[in-house]
Amino acid sequence: MTARRFPALLVKESQQILRDPSAILIAFVLPVVLLFLFGVAVSLDIRQVKIGVALQDDSPAGLSLALAYRNSRWFDVTAGRDMAGLKPDLVAGRIRGIVVIPQDFGARLQAPDRQAAIQIVTDGAQPNTAAFVAGYADGVRAQWERDWAGDAGQTVAAPIALVPRFWFNPELTSRDFLIPGSIAIVMAMIGTLLTALVVAREWERGTMEAMMATPVAMAELLASKVLPYFVLGLGSVALCTALAVGAFGVPFRGSVLGLMALSAAFLVPALGQGLLISAVTKNQFVASQIALLLGFLPSMMLSGFLFEIPSMPPVIQAITYAVPARYLVPSLQTVFSVGDIWPMFWRAIGSLLLFGAVFFGLAIRVTRRRVA
Amino acid sequence: MTAAPAFTAELHGVSRRFGAATALDDISIVIRPGVMSGLVGPDGAGKTTLIRLLAGLLDPTAGRVTVFGQPATRADRARVGYMPQRFGLYEDLSVIENLRLYANLRGVVARDQARRFDDLLRLTDLTGFQQRLAGRLSGGMKQKLGLACALVQTPDLLLLDEPGVGVDPVSRRELWRMVQNLTGAGIAVLWSTAYLDEAEKCDEVFLLSEGRLLHAGPPGDLTADVAGRVFGLRSPGQGRRRLLAQLMDRDDIRDATIQGGSLRLLMQPGAAPPEAAIPARPRFEDAFVDRLGGGPGGTSALAETYPLIPETGAPVIEAQGLSKRFGAFIAADNIRFDVPRGEIFGLLGPNGAGKSTTFKMLCGLLTPSSGTGRVAGHDLHHARAAARQSLGYMAQKFSLYGDLSVRQNLNFFAGVYGLHGRARRDKIAQMTDIFHLGPYLRQNAGALPLGFKQRLSLACAVMHAPPVLFLDEPTSGVDPIVRREFWSHINGLVQKGVTVLVTTHFMEEAEYCDRIQVIYRAAPIALGTPDSLKSDAAARTGDPDPTLQDAFISLIEDHDARRARTGDAA
Repeated sequence: MTARRFPALLVKESQQILRDPSAILIAFVLPVVLLFLFGVAVSLDIRQVKIGVALQDDSPAGLSLALAYRNSRWFDVTAGRDMAGLKPDLVAGRIRGIVVIPQDFGARLQAPDRQAAIQIVTDGAQPNTAAFVAGYADGVRAQWERDWAGDAGQTVAAPIALVPRFWFNPELTSRDFLIPGSIAIVMAMIGTLLTALVVAREWERGTMEAMMATPVAMAELLASKVLPYFVLGLGSVALCTALAVGAFGVPFRGSVLGLMALSAAFLVPALGQGLLISAVTKNQFVASQIALLLGFLPSMMLSGFLFEIPSMPPVIQAITYAVPARYLVPSLQTVFSVGDIWPMFWRAIGSLLLFGAVFFGLAIRVTRRRVA
Repeated sequence: MTAAPAFTAELHGVSRRFGAATALDDISIVIRPGVMSGLVGPDGAGKTTLIRLLAGLLDPTAGRVTVFGQPATRADRARVGYMPQRFGLYEDLSVIENLRLYANLRGVVARDQARRFDDLLRLTDLTGFQQRLAGRLSGGMKQKLGLACALVQTPDLLLLDEPGVGVDPVSRRELWRMVQNLTGAGIAVLWSTAYLDEAEKCDEVFLLSEGRLLHAGPPGDLTADVAGRVFGLRSPGQGRRRLLAQLMDRDDIRDATIQGGSLRLLMQPGAAPPEAAIPARPRFEDAFVDRLGGGPGGTSALAETYPLIPETGAPVIEAQGLSKRFGAFIAADNIRFDVPRGEIFGLLGPNGAGKSTTFKMLCGLLTPSSGTGRVAGHDLHHARAAARQSLGYMAQKFSLYGDLSVRQNLNFFAGVYGLHGRARRDKIAQMTDIFHLGPYLRQNAGALPLGFKQRLSLACAVMHAPPVLFLDEPTSGVDPIVRREFWSHINGLVQKGVTVLVTTHFMEEAEYCDRIQVIYRAAPIALGTPDSLKSDAAARTGDPDPTLQDAFISLIEDHDARRARTGDAA
């Protein structure tokens, strides 16, 4: 019997998808919009940050250090004579930090112990930028110190020299890890949203009741909902990848097989979550709200896509383990930037399938053949 | 397995509760093969719950539901045809795709499908519409397709949940014939309906009221209870409303209703009929009201407190060539009528005929494409706000705020119509008193019993004592007692000079009208009193005693036949 029932349900579901502009919109237009948003509008890179340099010292050393800031490619410097003159700019947000070179800077540098100090003031209201300004301002100082000492024929008493090399993303272009991450967000969203709408729609239109009165098994019905959307989801991933590589020039060092295996594994919990939401709410509007709340937001905030998990408070870190996207994002970034690291992928795939099994189990449990 | 039982399905001592509410209370019935069983009762009586129990979609709270000798939830679903209230069609699939889907799900083998589809499409007149999306079909066609889908695999038990709702009487009658033919093949049919005239035509009737079974058996058994107690009373046209109120208040009369220019009486057992009363054929509704303990009193406390609306000499409602076009689609075409003070004027027509469009234009909710109209002397084009203030409007669906309490609803509507301070408090107290809303004041309006929702809607519509009332299908689905109570208020108000415009497709309701305009395919096709429409139909069809329903159907069929002869010009 199933031999005819299941294909019939698949045909019906596919016909509905092809005739329903909203499914196509969610699967193919929404990802493109999101990808452009993350690829173009959101950038975590910082170049030419505006800072102020308060030069209170007229010694050659002070002037030289101020010049070093001005010449740095990281900063766009507004010069001033003291803190008070630059403070209004900082308050107004026209500059993001102030480097104060105090009036005894040159003199102290000449002193035997050479304990010269500068002050770096940053705008803590924007922590990322503040940390960046502090770090890079100190970097400029360190570089200048070595150069100055070298010019003077001295060596700086620095037993350890730091020579940073950034692997995998040598330019530290945020786009290269944002876009693969955003593919995960896109999948979390469309996977959950697509299935969240379809079962609720059957309830709303009264067709669920009619289906339940036929010999169809509930598991068949749910499976017929998932399979077409699974294919649609993978199509959407392929589109995103093509865009990422073609339009944004994001490197792709792994294999298509690795990417698809990860995506397929991730779609299982995403679709399962949607199905569960749909079966519980039985209402398209409520289902779409919850899908956004549960599918989109945690993936965005708690997957390590935007905010690094190790720097979160321990409680929040614990919560991230319940977010499927957390397992996908690092692997997806790896498959793009590094290549296939199968032991890592297998762990991710295993975790994702486990989540999927839980969601599907719950969805089947909830969808009983009863109307109340 | 023992020998095939004499019945297809059985409910034994079945109760079903939803939370605190009891939907069905200790029901025992038997559904037999080859028998057309009617499941009859007003909205909220428990019809849908009973059908869902039989379809195996609900578990009973107590008792046993058996289908084909198995518990209903485990019965062979391939042998049960079920048409839910909304037909269960996929609107984005075509007619033939819907049929194919259900055929595959119900296990119709591929080589039989084409022939089966041909038969069903011919039966339902849908052969020419195979490729049309189900969502683009008319209500009647959707309903027929729903039936076809339930029949793809000839079932042994066919469950139809209110197939007549939202469908015009012509389609309803066609569907009835189609289903009735099936019983000849030994199928057990359960047809649920709120239309009592349909109940009379069933082989067997289960009458439900508030979850209890009032009657099970042939409809004749029920009407036999009231045999010899039903009478017609010819009375002078205008005085009939006052007479009705008096008769309804009398103890020896169990029930009284208006039938066009006459009255219909149901006497208490043993009571002598008034002089001049002529015996009439008992109907199912008479018996139903009898079982419910008789009709309500006829005096309207609302009308007693209502101000007398003065006579102005001019018509109170005027429609002068009202038309409404939406693009190429004509929703209303040259509607014209006048309603004098103190008259009940009915707009009767199938769904989509243009009743609601006409209604909305006269309420000032839609701007006419051409033509003009006046309500209580206010022009619809220039004085909409004044026109609206002078009318009370009661919408078809319960349109109060379900999540506000009864008191909050009353307060809100009093405020909307400009009642403030003491006047508002007094008015609300008065309405509460008249409609017996006291115990419900703090309850949410959405959770009220149907009859009280009805009362609250009327209370909110008449709080500002408007001279004109617009009623959009005011009593569809409510039980006959609530309908009588509602109309005794309206009758009382009319005697105070209130003018009433009502749309309806319930014939019992149409009988209360002084005059009726029949609207079909956007245009008026007949205008007359209920009695004149019936006598015209009698002349046309040769049926000596047609009901208003028969008259309505014959008007529509006549119109269609004439259109067919003159070529499909429109």
